Amino acid sequence: MAAETAPRLSRKDFVADQDVRWCPGCGDYSILANVQRVMPELGVPRENIVFISGIGCSSRFPYYMNTYGFHTIHGRAPAFATGAKAANPDLSVWVVTGDGDGLSIGGNHLLHAIRRNLDVQILLFNNRVYGLTKGQYSPTSELGMKTKSSPQGSIDHPIDPISFALGCGATFVARTIDVDAQHLQQILRRAHQHKGTSFVEILQNCPVFNDGIFAEVEDRKTRAESALVLEHGRPLTFGSAGGLKGIILDHGVPKVIDLKDEDDPVERGVVVHDESHEMRSYASALATLKRPDFPVPVGVMREVEKPCYEDLLVQQVTDATEANGQGDLAALLNSGDTWEVA
Amino acid sequence: MPSKSIRKIDDVAVRFAGDSGDGMQLTGTRFTDETALAGNDLSTYPDFPAEIRAPAGTMAGVSGYQIHFSSHDIHTPADRVDLLVAFNPAALRANVEDVRSQGMVIINSDAFTKKALARAGYSEDPLPDLATRFNLVEVPLTGLNREALAGLALSQREVDRSKNFFALGMLCWLYSRPMEATERWLQGKFQGDVREGNLRTLKAGHAFGETTELFPTHYSIPSAKIEAGHYRNITGNTALAWGIVAAGEQLKNPVFLGAYPITPASDVLHEVARHRHFGVKTFQAEDEIAAASATIGAAFAGQLAVTISSGPGFILKQEAIGLAVMVELPLVAINVQRAGPATGSPTKTEQGDLLSAIFGRHSQSPVPVLAPSTPGDCFHTVIEAFEIAVEYMTPVVVLSDGYLANSAEPWKIPEVDSLTRKTVSFAEASEDSEFQPYQRNPDTLARPWAIPGTPGLEHRVGGLTKEDITGNVVYGPENHQHMVDLRAEKVARIANFIPPIEVEGPDSGKLLVIGWGGTKGAITAAVEEAQANEQVVSQAHIKHLNPFPANLGEVLGRFEHVLCPELNEGQLAMLLRSRYLVDVESFSKIAGQPFKVGEISERINAILNSED
Repeated sequence: MAAETAPRLSRKDFVADQDVRWCPGCGDYSILANVQRVMPELGVPRENIVFISGIGCSSRFPYYMNTYGFHTIHGRAPAFATGAKAANPDLSVWVVTGDGDGLSIGGNHLLHAIRRNLDVQILLFNNRVYGLTKGQYSPTSELGMKTKSSPQGSIDHPIDPISFALGCGATFVARTIDVDAQHLQQILRRAHQHKGTSFVEILQNCPVFNDGIFAEVEDRKTRAESALVLEHGRPLTFGSAGGLKGIILDHGVPKVIDLKDEDDPVERGVVVHDESHEMRSYASALATLKRPDFPVPVGVMREVEKPCYEDLLVQQVTDATEANGQGDLAALLNSGDTWEVA
Repeated sequence: MPSKSIRKIDDVAVRFAGDSGDGMQLTGTRFTDETALAGNDLSTYPDFPAEIRAPAGTMAGVSGYQIHFSSHDIHTPADRVDLLVAFNPAALRANVEDVRSQGMVIINSDAFTKKALARAGYSEDPLPDLATRFNLVEVPLTGLNREALAGLALSQREVDRSKNFFALGMLCWLYSRPMEATERWLQGKFQGDVREGNLRTLKAGHAFGETTELFPTHYSIPSAKIEAGHYRNITGNTALAWGIVAAGEQLKNPVFLGAYPITPASDVLHEVARHRHFGVKTFQAEDEIAAASATIGAAFAGQLAVTISSGPGFILKQEAIGLAVMVELPLVAINVQRAGPATGSPTKTEQGDLLSAIFGRHSQSPVPVLAPSTPGDCFHTVIEAFEIAVEYMTPVVVLSDGYLANSAEPWKIPEVDSLTRKTVSFAEASEDSEFQPYQRNPDTLARPWAIPGTPGLEHRVGGLTKEDITGNVVYGPENHQHMVDLRAEKVARIANFIPPIEVEGPDSGKLLVIGWGGTKGAITAAVEEAQANEQVVSQAHIKHLNPFPANLGEVLGRFEHVLCPELNEGQLAMLLRSRYLVDVESFSKIAGQPFKVGEISERINAILNSED
């Protein structure tokens, strides 16, 4: 419809007229620029795109997108998105949240949005700290992290967003990096293509309160050794020539092995990445890989198909209408036992 | 068959009481429908425990259903009952003091074993004493029911579960009720021997009434002279649900209902979910906050959005309602109030949430608040709430209560064409001017409802302070004051949309009794009783609690005394006193029960007889 006749849009068409107010050097700038770059490629009329966020630095995102946008309340963005998508399934709904908003105050809503499998994209910017409240530890902060609210170190065990999403039964789970433009754009496109809830963790630097927490994977010089780039059908290898390594599963437990440049990784037992495993144990095993013993996996961990909530809801409305006929209010009010008073 | 006398009477109140598993609510509602079909005016009061099945035979498990029916216009379930049917000793003990002196008490004598008496907390047999105070009728219900069902392929348990229909048949004879509606209902509800059993015992109960020497007389209650029209029975919760469905039909826009199960509001979600063929979407959320949030998300996307809960759940929605105030989206938020604080008494009624509905969000967060006054009025109130929500682009709170929720009354079925004054319209792009999300209608101060999917109206809303007209985020002091004032003024102007308050009785004088919400029946009954005794007293009942009707202050000022009965500690009285500087006398009751007419009459008499 509108997509065919509308003029081709460019990145500029998605830039709102508001000044961006993140701190200089914040990873959110890069994410915003790449989201704005990808939008015109998706073939979705701009008026059908909605960005919905909660509260926190990341949640200012909708104000900067020249689309429909809704900056809601802390932690509840997935619930607002559920209502909007259920109300109008034609909308392309993007939820923007952070590690505090999505996994602490809003953990419950994130869980239920994912398990309902609405066809929405959820972008969780993970900087492992509370930014907008000025630097307290977040649910993804490492044990022992010293902040103003944890002067002796955090005693909360961190939660891993990918494992959380997999546990909720997510049908699309991916991780990418704020400053890796190409990879980020590729994941955003994949997330949009997926029919169902697409959960994307974006590793994001907070230069003020948690600077350098993902430096190894953000820095091009160290990325090859520290990141495991996942590609469907390709073996899990990382490192550079002369220092290639691979991931094997030893009785189900991931292990790193050294590879010679001339080795066939598959013959050496390196696992071939399969996004579409029905069992989520494979993706869950990937999610456990952490620095410094393992590289950080980035890319699509899992993509499977399941019916979407809004489609089932619309189907039930259709079924009810077919079974009972279009609702007739006068008939409803007069149903059952009634009587006439003369 | 001995011929029995039939006596014509005007007015009867009956209460069924038994274990929560005895089917008391079902017996009561069936008897209610039959009574409605017999043409009487009626009012009911179901009173049941929060526990699903408390241990059998204990006071904690007693469930009751009261019905008051009459050949004239009535407003309450009655303060005292003429007949109590007690299925066990606990039911007797919990209810017998509400029976009028020398009223009839029918007991299931089979259930009055030593053990059962002890479970109910009776240390000695209460029957000899009760027989001196009441017309005690001992009917071996369990045994008679077993006899009636002999030969059917039913377990003992299934057989015994039918005894409520034996009692129902007996009462149908006693008060000359037609049984066809119940027979039809049983035909549709059950199958096989269960259906056969229930039908058989219903008829056996009726025949027992006819033949037993225990009932020398039976009664007829002539039909009431009520306004002509087509009628049905309705409870407040059903009326709310149908009002939600009707709003979608009449305002010509699909409805989205987001809710989380909670007593006593869940029935509304259940009922609306049955009517998806009206295009209604129902969403059972993961919690109360998500229910409100998803609902506002649906409003943002252009649906008629409604969320429903009860006290503890409603409080959880308040932050989201505050956001709806800030982003000025239409939302109807219904609170079926119950006794608190905390979990309180989930199945008991109260009016404790008035101040929290008006003021219960942080900062200055004005919302219109409406309260239905009868079960049938719940239907019209929810439609009006939607009209105000879309006309003024604001969340609207509706305060029902546990009493209205479950009580039934005959309801004159409205003509659907007369239900609404307007339909929904959305903003569209204009070539002449740039779209401004906070540009207001000069009359209502409403901002446009611009929904995703509309080309050219892309815009952002959110909880941060908005600049007037553009909706951009700004923190300037003058803009903040201006926007606070605008939101307050917008809600205040709703007084132009709502009708003036009407006074029943003299326009001025010594006493005005003023109330709101579900207490209307008891207040009306007390005022009418006083008026019938030639006392000079007037009544006004407030449906619009924020803003108040434009003429309210002037009306209050015309009376020497204003009495305000409320099922809270005087919340409306506080509002009226502070707003209008009128010396309102609060009459407060917080017992989990509705007012008795007599309680209000006493207050009226005290004021009218005072020397001032």
